[in-house]
Amino acid sequence: MAMRRQSVVLGMLLTPVTLFLGVFFLLPLCIIAVFSFLSPGLYGGVEWSFYHWNYGRIFGWADGIIEIYEPIYLQILFRSLSFAALTVGLTLILCYPVAFWVSRLSERWRLVFMFLITLPFFSSLIVRLYAWLLILKPSGLLNTVLLSIGAISEPLEILYTPTAVVLGMVYVMVPFMFLPLYSAVDNLDRAQIEASLDLGANRLQTFLKVVLPQTLPGIMGGAVIVFIPSVGNFVVPDVLGGAKGLMIGNLVEQQFLSSRNWPFGSALSMIIMAVVLTVLLISASRARKAGGHA
Amino acid sequence: MTHLLEIRNARRTFITPEGGHLAALDGINLDVGANEFVTLLGPSGCGKTTLLRAISGFETLDSGTMTLGGADLTALPPFRRPVNTVFQSYALFGHMTVARNVGYALEVAGVGKASREAQVAEALEKVGLAGMGARRPSQLSGGQRQRVALARSIIAKPRLLLLDEPLSALDRNLRQQMQLELKTLQHALGIAFIFVTHDQEEALTMSDRIVVMRSGHIEQIGTPREIYRHPKNRFVAEFIGETNLFPVTIDRVDGETALARTAEGVEMHLPSAGRKPGEQVTAILRPADFNLGPTGIPGTVTRAVYLGSDLYLFVQPQAGGPEIRVISRDGAGFDEGAAVHLAHDPARVHVLEAA
Repeated sequence: MAMRRQSVVLGMLLTPVTLFLGVFFLLPLCIIAVFSFLSPGLYGGVEWSFYHWNYGRIFGWADGIIEIYEPIYLQILFRSLSFAALTVGLTLILCYPVAFWVSRLSERWRLVFMFLITLPFFSSLIVRLYAWLLILKPSGLLNTVLLSIGAISEPLEILYTPTAVVLGMVYVMVPFMFLPLYSAVDNLDRAQIEASLDLGANRLQTFLKVVLPQTLPGIMGGAVIVFIPSVGNFVVPDVLGGAKGLMIGNLVEQQFLSSRNWPFGSALSMIIMAVVLTVLLISASRARKAGGHA
Repeated sequence: MTHLLEIRNARRTFITPEGGHLAALDGINLDVGANEFVTLLGPSGCGKTTLLRAISGFETLDSGTMTLGGADLTALPPFRRPVNTVFQSYALFGHMTVARNVGYALEVAGVGKASREAQVAEALEKVGLAGMGARRPSQLSGGQRQRVALARSIIAKPRLLLLDEPLSALDRNLRQQMQLELKTLQHALGIAFIFVTHDQEEALTMSDRIVVMRSGHIEQIGTPREIYRHPKNRFVAEFIGETNLFPVTIDRVDGETALARTAEGVEMHLPSAGRKPGEQVTAILRPADFNLGPTGIPGTVTRAVYLGSDLYLFVQPQAGGPEIRVISRDGAGFDEGAAVHLAHDPARVHVLEAA
């Protein structure tokens, strides 16, 4: 009896979230999946007939319209993945030492730092990216300063390059990398570091054999949280990237809003999702192997 | 005689959060023999842990020298010192198996796998954990973790093993068992142990010598018997074991014994050597040094605590003054309120010069 009542209560508690996710997440996902196999309507929307050339355009089987296949979409996908990986790497390098530094601060300064890390969330992403635009443009803050101190003789062309896109993404993603990293570093048992040194391991050995494995869950967590939104990001390349900074997210956005090719946009979305899911599954199984006994 | 470890005039001052200075080590001189079990004993904050950490290299000295086997230690980082530590929290590596924990010192030293595995098995055998190598530290009990920490710290054959209150997390029975095992292990290994504790019973049980510390300096160094029977001052007397302190004035000297009285008029008999009438000293008597008999200090039992083989009595002297603590081996029949006489052998009384 009691068991049954418990499961009824549990069911009632879970109903709202299940309904919400079902209606606003699962259903749209199904629609996208179905759309990706339909043909595009003349003025947007879809025609209800099976059509596999959306995927054909991406992977290169005969499309029927364009005779010569160019792997342009795969190139853009690959670029997005590389940019996302680069963002993960750079945020990791930036945040890892800082996490150690912050974990050694006094309680008060740690709170101040935590506030500063979350401060960007109080303002709009678009506004902050436009601030970067002002900094990076040829007559912007960065170039003005570098020119006036004589570090460069002509303005750097950073804006509308891949560099600007990666820079912007790193800027946006730093807090997402920092928080899981910090929690892992803060939980690190300092006595274990001392034990390792005591047993004759030098600092590098101690880092590789004790510190790194113990903070690996935080690194993996941060990497996943940064990687996934970075792959599909279209706001940063929209504002800071030029033609060479186009990412898969921009492509999807264009298919839905400018090109009015919903099925092709859906197909691209499915590809992104497949890639991201693969990455997630690999990292989850890695994490299980590494931290299974912790 | 040359010593394994020689510490001369070691000083270390910490700055407190309030901006003051705290002398954690205030001119420490200590020698430890090559096969000696030395205990650093003292209340928390006495500097015993700082001294241990200075030896292991996790704390630097402001001044003073420290040599191990004649070689200067002070400039070496922790990982270059031929010294290993058993940490209070054990500090086992949670992401490694027991075997990898134990073999860690060999692994980082580049010892080959076959030799390493043999030595790990041997070390686990020594601490009574044979066959447990494949487990994770999280799957072990507190006592077993303690043994893993011990095996891990002796595998590289250090010349000196430092133990930082390693038994404090264990329950009483296990602690007593480990005390004896540690002593046996130390003999078998033939290396020096420096053991930090605030538990005087632990110190008395295991040590060859005890170093009693207070606020950064050494109060007394001696064998457990010396420390217990002949404490140098009130602090040592009160810190080691239960004790009765009597501030007395010498009344008269009579051959071998001297008669002395407390301010309240309780009469004590002391060894007469060096005593002069009118002199003020402190007489120290352990609870077990009193005999309940027909003669002696008259008093009334105020509390009787049954301890199994012994009866622990609090006796209020008739003359007044603080209660006297007495252990009676055959304590039958002494209930609260009973009138008793406390006799003592003058030779058992230890005298401190200062009143």
